[in-house]
Amino acid sequence: MSKKLAIIATKGSLDWAYPPFILASTAAALGYETQIFFTFYGLQLLRKNLDLQVTSLGNPAMPMPMPVPVFMQALPGMQGMMTRMMKKKMKSKGVASVEELRELCIEAEVKMIACQMTVDLFDFNTSDFIDGIEYGGAATFFEFAGESDICLYI
Amino acid sequence: MAHFDEELDATGLNCPLPILRAKKALGKLSSGQILHVIATDPGSVKDFDSFAKQTGNELLESGEEGGKYSFYIKKS
Repeated sequence: MSKKLAIIATKGSLDWAYPPFILASTAAALGYETQIFFTFYGLQLLRKNLDLQVTSLGNPAMPMPMPVPVFMQALPGMQGMMTRMMKKKMKSKGVASVEELRELCIEAEVKMIACQMTVDLFDFNTSDFIDGIEYGGAATFFEFAGESDICLYI
Repeated sequence: MAHFDEELDATGLNCPLPILRAKKALGKLSSGQILHVIATDPGSVKDFDSFAKQTGNELLESGEEGGKYSFYIKKS
């Protein structure tokens, strides 16, 4: 019987979209049966049209090409600029796009579950999300996670 | 090592793409056939070793030349 990996994805920024999709796609390639439970901001990763952003605000560890005072980082347009710079850098380094990694997860039959409670809480429209996902709650997650070999909260 | 059945150019790609592409390419081969992967990601050296150990596909040979890493993987 194959090993199992269960992931909870709770974040919806461009940088934090990577760990769940990288680990899930790689685990699937290694033969793991893999499931990701998307909750709260993690649900943004399931949108058909991804518009994920990155910001240095509240994240003093983010490497910057030049030092920028925090109050400047909050100026209008800064988030868009940082997102563009990050995407450009990722492309130049041969890092896959989030869309590509997600597609590879789908191809590898990684099961994706959207938290129904979050959908209701934020009045999300399920038609905005990709097809082929399931909707469920904490008990749904534990059904798989309870038998998993590795369980990650991201 | 010269003989292989299929070649995968994973140069310029970063983690985890070389592994994912290799997995896909191996899927098209039959048991015993050999996949030759060329990569530039330095992390791929350790990753292909781990990939082989965990999937049972044998890493016959690996090497580096001029910043390019080469892996010969035999499908289990």
